[in-house]
Parts: sequence; C-alpha cells; structure tokens
Amino acid sequence: MYSEKVMDHFMNPRNVGEIPDADGIGEVGNAKCGDIMKMYLKINDGIIEDVKFKTFGCGSAIASSSMATELIKGKTIDEALQVTNKAVAEALDGLPPVKMHCSVLAEQAIKSALLDYSKRHNVKIEGLEDIEFDDDHHHHVEEE
Amino acid sequence: MERYIYMDNAATTPVKKEVLEEMLPFFTEKYGNPSSVYKLGSANRVEVEKAREKVALALGADKSEIYFTAGGSESDNWAIKGAAYKYRDKGNHIITTKIEHHAVLNTCKYLEKQGFEVTYLDVDEDGIVKLDDLKRAIRDNTILISVMFANNEIGTIQPIKEIGEIAKEHNILFHTDAVQAIGSIKIDVNELNIDLLSLSAHKFFGPKGVGALYIRKGVRIDNLISGGGQERNKRAGTENVAGIVGLGKAIELAYENFEEKNKYIISLRDRLIEKIEKNIKYVRLNGHRTQRLPGNVNVSFEFIEGESLLLMLDLNNIAASSGSACTSGSLDPSHVLLAIGLSHEIAHGSLRLSLSELNTEEEVDYVVEKLVEIVDRLRQMSPLYEKIKEEK
Repeated sequence: MYSEKVMDHFMNPRNVGEIPDADGIGEVGNAKCGDIMKMYLKINDGIIEDVKFKTFGCGSAIASSSMATELIKGKTIDEALQVTNKAVAEALDGLPPVKMHCSVLAEQAIKSALLDYSKRHNVKIEGLEDIEFDDDHHHHVEEE
Repeated sequence: MERYIYMDNAATTPVKKEVLEEMLPFFTEKYGNPSSVYKLGSANRVEVEKAREKVALALGADKSEIYFTAGGSESDNWAIKGAAYKYRDKGNHIITTKIEHHAVLNTCKYLEKQGFEVTYLDVDEDGIVKLDDLKRAIRDNTILISVMFANNEIGTIQPIKEIGEIAKEHNILFHTDAVQAIGSIKIDVNELNIDLLSLSAHKFFGPKGVGALYIRKGVRIDNLISGGGQERNKRAGTENVAGIVGLGKAIELAYENFEEKNKYIISLRDRLIEKIEKNIKYVRLNGHRTQRLPGNVNVSFEFIEGESLLLMLDLNNIAASSGSACTSGSLDPSHVLLAIGLSHEIAHGSLRLSLSELNTEEEVDYVVEKLVEIVDRLRQMSPLYEKIKEEK
C-alpha cells in the first residue's frame, strides 16, 4: 500500500531526534487521533541550519515527518513556508488517500515550529500571523 | 523459503493438507450437483450429509440442526435478521454487546433502521458481559439475545452457560457468534442452552467462504437467501460441496487430540505474554488473563502506534494485527478496546498476536526478541516517550 520511498523514509527516517538549544519547536496533532509530530529547528541568518523531528504515528506519519525535514534543511524560512502537504506527499511518490492527513500534519509541524521561532526571537514572518493549527485534522482534511 | 512467522490465526488459518486432499476431487471429477438424480450428483449429497454429521457431532447437536452457509458473516446475518423478522409480532427488542464482531453489530444497526430496538451491553474492563446488566436489559418485547462466545480481538470468553440459562428462563432466543471459539473451546449447544450458533471454517484450518448456522430443533427463523430448496428449504443455492467437505474434515480434526493441543497453545500464549511483560516496559495486557482463548495475546505498548509496529514486524516477516485506527482506515481505534475502557492513545498502540498449534516456542522467543527492538526503536522516535522520560 505504500510507495518504496515511504517505506524507505519509514525504515530509515532522516533527522530523528531533538535539538536541545532549538530556536523553534512545533508540535501538532494529538494522541487521540493517533499521531503527533514534534519538530525542532536551528535557525541562523534566516537559514534553517538543522532540523530534527519526533513522531508518534503510523508509517506514513513517520515518513512524512522525515521527508518534511529533508525538504526544509538548509533552506530559508521563506522557502520552508512554501512546503505544502502536497509537496511532502509528492516527494514521497504519493500517499494512500486515507493517509493524506499525515502530509498535512507535516506541513503544519514546519509552520508551527517557525511560528514558535518568530515568537521567541521576535521576528515577524509573513504568512504565519493568522495560522490556525487543526488538531482535529482527521475530520476536516479533504483528499486531493 | 525465507523464514515467515504467522501469528494472525484469529484472522485466518491455512487449509490443512488432510482437509485439502478431501476437498480436491469435488472440484474436478466429483463435480455433480447434489440435487441431481444421477449418481454423479446424488453421491455428493451423501458427502454433504457426512460433513453435516461431523459438524453436528462437534457441537453436540443433531445433524438436522446444521445448515451450511457461505461463512460467519452470513450465519450471523441470517440468525439475527431471521429471528428478528420471524418474531416481529412478538416484540422488536434485541440485546447484544458492544464488543461483537461487525457482522453482528452492523446487522443490529441495520435492524435499528428497520424499526427494531437494540440494547448494546457494556462489558467490564476484561471484556466480560455483566450478567446483571443483561438481566436488567430484558424487556417483555425482547426477542433475541446475541452474545459472542469469545472475542476476536482480546480473546475474552463470555459466560455463555449463564447467558443461555437467563435466555431460557425468559423464553428468549439465544444466538452466539462462535466463529473464534470453534476448535478452541469444547461446545455443547444443549448444555449451554444455545438456540443459534454461527461458525466459519477458515478459522480452524478449513477453507474460506464456508460456514454453518446451528438452529435448534423447533426454532423457526426467516430465510435470508431465497431460491431453490437446498438445506431443507432454508438456505438456497447449490451447495459448495468442496467447501462443505472441507469444513467437515476441518472441524473433525479441530477436536482431535483437543486437550493436548490446547495445553500446548496455552503454554505458548502464556510464554509470549510473560516474556513481553518481562522484557518491555509500559505495556498492558488487554482482555482477561485466564478466561481467554488459548491462542490470543493482545497487548498495548504505550507511546507508539500500531500500524508502524505492524509494518516493522512485517519487514521482519512476522504477521500480526492491531486495533489501531490506522490499520482499519476508520477514524477511531477498535470498538472493543474502547469498550474495555482503553483511552484512544493506548488503543492505538495495540497488538494482537494469535497463535495456533503450528507455532513453536522458538517462534515465540524470536517474536519477543524482535518486539523488544521494534518497540524501543519506535519509542525513541516518539515525542510521547520523551515526555515520560523527562517526568521520571
């Protein structure tokens, strides 16, 4: 049911762990729904120098987190903000329709961590002002 | 061939060689329709009746009380819808439990839409029906009680004898879905006051797509499948002769050396439970510790999710199942695990390993070894585990 890429990122997830002195930490999802993603960012001069994640969830949740970290590592904040759930899913060669919410969670984890960074460092990031994180994602996400 | 460990025997089992051998001729040279007059057909009638006798013997029933179906789901549908429609004039209330298989639950939900009223009984933390609740739920218009013999997910065995007595006392029909129990528990329908019993061949080394419904003599239920006069006018359709022969052989074998086999499977089960509890922290056993099916192990590992666990086990060639929502495509984890009071997060981390006589001690040890690695690996990735470590 999963692509080879999903299985690869599930079996050999990139950037698992924590960053003790992270500049921004985001956590999305909830245990009730069966998936939580936590993302740590180290940011220097507007560049994401390092990123780590921890995820409680199914195979595609772990793979989506791993892929999301790969997509934003070394990128600017603006570039990271452009990473959509579709981009995560496409980079994984697709996700089964019932698992698309995992990629949504990955996109939200990035944004949540950036929002935390902007608050901690008093940096205004355009596009994050009115963002809402939807913990009840299962019930709203439309499959594309 | 690469090593493969199958511990999902509650999902299905392989067809035993002896069973297959008896089935094979009926696909080719013995292809006659049992309803035909000529020898090629009528000889198969004899074989179908022999199989019926074997099923009856296993249940302590008379062969005239056994009706072949296409499996457990059909038997459940037939028993419940058939009884409901037959006794509609007498009443419209049905009692069942919250932990039934979907074949029973969704049949009851369907009947609710048709104007029937259904009480879904709670179970205790081990998954056992509370008899006082059952007694209290009985009304003047109750026409059927349907309680599964043993649960497919957590293995809990219900107090069927007591339930049968209560049903009899109140003159209410008693149906039990015994799909998981056949071959694992000795059943005597008379001793247990069972009026209707569903079974399915593929759970005890028989073929898929064939089952039976026991209907006590004198109990009338409406037909589910209309058509020809097969199964004494109660279940139409040309008999699945090969399947029926396979079912007969499989149920006969299931109760051969029964005590010995059960003792062995229970020893494997208890070894598996003991080793998991000893080697892995933050784990809970779901279901009753002793009043459970010989081959059923169901545990929840905290801080991890069942589907990732199953995927990793699969990569190690170990087949198992989980009550996590992610394995079912639905939003919620297993209704059974929620009914015994588990929180959503604990239910998401559940794992069912179901054993059979074909498993070995060595396999049990290997699976535990792999589980220790996999659970640890997933926990190292889990933000929930991180929190627990911080709190310690």
